[in-house]
Amino acid sequence: MTLKLSDLTLLLPDYPQPDPRGRFGRFGGRYVPETLIPALDELEEAYRNAKQDPSFLNELDRLLREFVGRPSPLYLAQRLTDYAGGAKIYLKREDFNYTGAHKINNCLAQGLLAVRMGKKRIVAETGAGQHGVASATAAALLGLDCVVYMGAEDIRRQELNVFRMKLLGAEVREVTSGTKTLKDATNEAIRDWVTNVRDTFYILGSVVGPHPYPAMVRDFQSIIGEETKVQLEALEGRQAPDAIVACVGGGSNAIGIFAPYAYLPADQRPRLIGTEAAGEGVHTGKHAASVAGGRVGVLHGSLMYLLNDDEGQIVPPHSISAGLDYPGIGPEHCFYSETGLAEYVPVTDAQALEALSLLTRLEGILPALESAHAIYYAVELARELGPDGIIVVNLSGRGDKDVSEVMRLLDLEKKLDSDKSVAQPQDQHVGDARKIEVNA
Amino acid sequence: MSAPTAPTTPKVRGPARIHAAFAEAQAQGRAAFIPFMTAGYPTAAEFPAVADALLERADLLEVGIPYSDPLGDGPTIQRASEQALDGGTSTRRTLQLVADLRVRHDKPIVIMTYVNPIYAVGPREFMRLAQEAGVDGLILPDLPPDQDIEIAALAEEYGLAVTFLIAPTSTPARVRLVAEACTGFLYAVSVTGVTGTREGAALGEVPAMLALARQFAHVPIAVGFGVKDAATASQVAQQADGVVVGSAFINAVRDGQDVGALAAEIAEGCKKQ
Ligand SMILES: Cc1ncc(COP(=O)(O)O)c(C=O)c1O
Repeated sequence: MTLKLSDLTLLLPDYPQPDPRGRFGRFGGRYVPETLIPALDELEEAYRNAKQDPSFLNELDRLLREFVGRPSPLYLAQRLTDYAGGAKIYLKREDFNYTGAHKINNCLAQGLLAVRMGKKRIVAETGAGQHGVASATAAALLGLDCVVYMGAEDIRRQELNVFRMKLLGAEVREVTSGTKTLKDATNEAIRDWVTNVRDTFYILGSVVGPHPYPAMVRDFQSIIGEETKVQLEALEGRQAPDAIVACVGGGSNAIGIFAPYAYLPADQRPRLIGTEAAGEGVHTGKHAASVAGGRVGVLHGSLMYLLNDDEGQIVPPHSISAGLDYPGIGPEHCFYSETGLAEYVPVTDAQALEALSLLTRLEGILPALESAHAIYYAVELARELGPDGIIVVNLSGRGDKDVSEVMRLLDLEKKLDSDKSVAQPQDQHVGDARKIEVNA
Repeated sequence: MSAPTAPTTPKVRGPARIHAAFAEAQAQGRAAFIPFMTAGYPTAAEFPAVADALLERADLLEVGIPYSDPLGDGPTIQRASEQALDGGTSTRRTLQLVADLRVRHDKPIVIMTYVNPIYAVGPREFMRLAQEAGVDGLILPDLPPDQDIEIAALAEEYGLAVTFLIAPTSTPARVRLVAEACTGFLYAVSVTGVTGTREGAALGEVPAMLALARQFAHVPIAVGFGVKDAATASQVAQQADGVVVGSAFINAVRDGQDVGALAAEIAEGCKKQ
């Protein structure tokens, strides 16, 4: 079967659906207050209808092309490939999307659904601010009221995005409960939704939460992988690379590029590798690696791998990147992990910082700190696979939002004065951080 | 099921004790008064005295397991949970605090908990510990009954009642499913929203919800969320079998008010007119 790029966004592919109780294997479900169950039923029904309605699909297709700028390029990172000295590394450039990350794919689709369902008000949670900005953008475009919940700690880390949301007309509500980050912002968005459920649509930003969100957000993000198939076919004569690497917070950019490949027969399936945020190292306890360092539990309506203690209290996650600073991982990823359809590996703060510097210096591409986690592992993997291999990295977003935080972390001024090599992270406490140096 | 060394071995416990408490209140012309308190609040040391004061007036006592991410709760119970957790009261300690109350009290005590603590301890182990502590039932605010049918079965095996919730948004089909799953009492949430004493919380949706619930429920029906004083309690008591009051008591503890006096006032409001 040959796919034409121009046809892609017109169809939302039919990947395997979770079971009638909203489970991928044993993961997922709807662990929410009963108040929300009718709203989730209503959403499921509206989505099922929209998926089959050409007017919805055409409108989404138009917005993805003309507003977001899809398709996003598949770019051969030649200098990074040369540097790694192994497999070819392609970057799927979701950083090209308007608003700077993959999040907009999902927000416009859910925004259109909100309009279709007659909801006038949307709420959203945000960590890095990318989903908040994308939601605020969709709201502005579609004429909806928008409230974004954001942890106080993230407001500090992502000042620029806070201002962008306000410019877009959204109300940003600071969340000061718990760890003051993404998980608490999500709690607060759900509380708002429970309270205003009759006239409010909740735009969830990742493949987490109660059914049908994980499957629906996956479908809306799968454009990433479907485009990749067609683009790689044109460039390399094959739809599947040897491996795909993507960072995992809740897991939406990763599932977007994995899902189109995950259900292929084993001999056609590339290795699918999700990089989790290992923070200061999984062994230190200061990390956000739910597969490597968590256990099965329930948060935000879904059964998943989760950082929680032996009495069920959620353990605060830690990551240098606000977008990965989440204690769980979406149920379909848990299912992939348990069944071996995909692998999940930890990448530390220090390694991500190194990779951010590396990609910026070598390719002139400043990645989001989140995406830098995937870049780091791709360089490792390229060596392992050797020159015949092909890797696609999902470059989920651009790093403009991170500049001030990275500057603080790298202490750039000092480094720029003292040497011309890639700036090294100050923190050298991560023993397994491999030194990356650019041989100019 | 044998607990030879238990300090009290009441004749009835679990669902039977809960139903008896509702029946007794009804016989006395009252809706059952069900105060809620977060375990370990304000501190683990002070909690027993607060619980004693509530139990003095209560028909049933609802004790909440402090939880890090209580997404069905408003700011009042969130903060109480955080404070209790900071003080070292988590899941097992909560059950211990109930066991201590059981030494002095024969009234039904139900545990309100999010589902994750049950999973983390292990459902069977959790039920065993709860039974051992003298807990009579569980209220499960984030577990729609069709999400995990094993929990209810396990609870039954350990002699514990289960209570699930309905809301103003519930369809007749959902009300039926939830009502039929309850073995203790059915909990009707008065408004769309989270717990807390909202200003001007309207109880306008309660009559219709109760009318629907009465068609299916074979257990008593209690109403909670937004009941904050004797007046709102009285409004609810004319319609429901039980009245749950939570955040108002936490606020009272926080502000150093006389919890026993407030309990007496609200218990008075629970009289049928
Ligand atoms: C650029 C970028 N990548 C990745 C993520 C993580 O989310 P997910 O795992 O859902 O893709 C975020 C979240 O904010 C993000 O902004």
